[in-house]
Amino acid sequence: MKIQQLSLFLENQPGQIVKPCRLLAGEGINIRTLSVADTKQFGILRMIVSDWQRAAQLLKDAGYVVNVTEVVAIEVPDKPGGLASLLQVLENSPVNVEYMYSFPSGRRETAVMIFRFDQPDAAIKLLQSAGISVVSSVEVYNRAEQ
Amino acid sequence: MIATAERVTQRFHPVSAPDYLPVHLLRDLQLGRLQATVRRAFDNVELVRQRMKAQGLRPEDIQSLDDLPRLPFTVKADLRDTYPYGLFACPLSDVVRLHASSGTTGKPIVVAYTQDDLNVWTSVMARALASYGIHRGDIFQNAHGYGLFTGGLGFHYGLEALGATVIPISGGNTDRQVMIMKDFKVTSICATPSYFVHMLERASEMGVDVRELPLRAGGFGSEPWSESMRRHIEAAAGIKAYDCYGLTEITGPGVGAECWFQRGPHIFEDHFYPEVIDPETGRNVPDGVEGELVITTLSKQAMPMIRFRTRDITALEPESCACGRTLRRIRRIGRRSDDMLIIRGVNVYPSQIETALLAVEGTLPHYQIILTREKGLDQMEVQVEVTAEVFGDRIRALVDLSEKLTRAMEHALGLRVNVSLIEPHTLQRSEGKAKRVIDRRMES
Repeated sequence: MKIQQLSLFLENQPGQIVKPCRLLAGEGINIRTLSVADTKQFGILRMIVSDWQRAAQLLKDAGYVVNVTEVVAIEVPDKPGGLASLLQVLENSPVNVEYMYSFPSGRRETAVMIFRFDQPDAAIKLLQSAGISVVSSVEVYNRAEQ
Repeated sequence: MIATAERVTQRFHPVSAPDYLPVHLLRDLQLGRLQATVRRAFDNVELVRQRMKAQGLRPEDIQSLDDLPRLPFTVKADLRDTYPYGLFACPLSDVVRLHASSGTTGKPIVVAYTQDDLNVWTSVMARALASYGIHRGDIFQNAHGYGLFTGGLGFHYGLEALGATVIPISGGNTDRQVMIMKDFKVTSICATPSYFVHMLERASEMGVDVRELPLRAGGFGSEPWSESMRRHIEAAAGIKAYDCYGLTEITGPGVGAECWFQRGPHIFEDHFYPEVIDPETGRNVPDGVEGELVITTLSKQAMPMIRFRTRDITALEPESCACGRTLRRIRRIGRRSDDMLIIRGVNVYPSQIETALLAVEGTLPHYQIILTREKGLDQMEVQVEVTAEVFGDRIRALVDLSEKLTRAMEHALGLRVNVSLIEPHTLQRSEGKAKRVIDRRMES
């Protein structure tokens, strides 16, 4: 159910993002989606990649500090209120959304969002019992290839 | 059991016998050797003779150890001014070895050894290593540079005299250091503390957990390192990290060494007589009071040093040590008087910054201090490399860390500090002494 996300520490300077991207490209690893969180001085590059174990090792060998975090991919109806109805399920629970970003779903009627919950297992349970579909990791890695 | 066995070997290693001389015999020995040294320097070294004469002093005026403060100081500049051979007290034909210190600006300083000097140096190094619990059967990785630097050869001869197995790997080629440490089943090591931290980091990247290896003791020195850095090294490597005190002008490593109790180095004072002075007035201060360490060599033949000002800030510890050695201890050197930075009129030592950094996270040993001047005002930036231990996927955690580091340093220094978290491996790694401070204030 949970998906492995790689996070990289980067200094906030021109040219810093391209280096890890180029490294993964050279090894034939596809970045499915990414998001950047930044401050004035540094940033965190978060990525979902096709082969996370190999990618993590390659990046570590290249001297990057890499963190692996479990995130959850959730299908969201691509229409007004789609995201709101999903978040409502969690509204009165102790589960907190740390951050989220979107993912190319390859389908017209639905979007896929990547969520970082403080309690991923509790979140998955709540969402599933509300009939919301949590996308499996295999599916996430395969979807964009279609 | 192992700890006890190590402690016993340590306390009673035969080479350590002189460490336990009864104090009255030690003082007699020191006085006799001091008188001979002063006589030798007066007779053979022009600079010493001139300075003593200027003060109306003759060698026979030294009647007791209490007369020592009457003698003139020797300073590092004296070695530069008389470069290369001006302070030798014997013909060059009696000199069997020369070493030189890395001169960061201009000429290095040169030091000389007769065969007797080398024998003394070897014996004090053997005593230093014995006090770290190292003995015959130990496999020792000597990661100090071999060559003009005294570190490599100083340890080398001491180790051989002790009967340990030396791996003369010298500094550098870190991947090979890690491989050999693992494959040769190394039990003990010496290096500068900053280089050893780099080795640990590289080992971890290579998938080697040093804590799982037979390595159990290390002798570290030749740059100031804080108590927090020691704790970091001990936890990360699973070893006991001992301080080794020394300086080229006096002999090299082996001027003093810590014992099992790690409460500051014992000075091998049957050969090196310690005093602590107020660096401003030049007057001796009482035991326990901080000041500049001054050392007089008591047996050096080729290059006796009378009251050499080390620039190391320390104190003579008044309490005796639980190990039973009668040799006095100095407080660990946290700073050198010439490391001191004056930032907006405030005195700052790099070691204060290191202590503050390690107190916050305990895992951030790679840092650099950058000083600049903006609109006439000094600015201090401390760049700290982010490590896997402190890095997560949340920006908030990093911002918190950066703020915590800033607060800790501002609290310790009483100055505004800009902390920058930077990518790992950005700062240059040194195989010898680390360069912690980059001062660009004069460039603007």
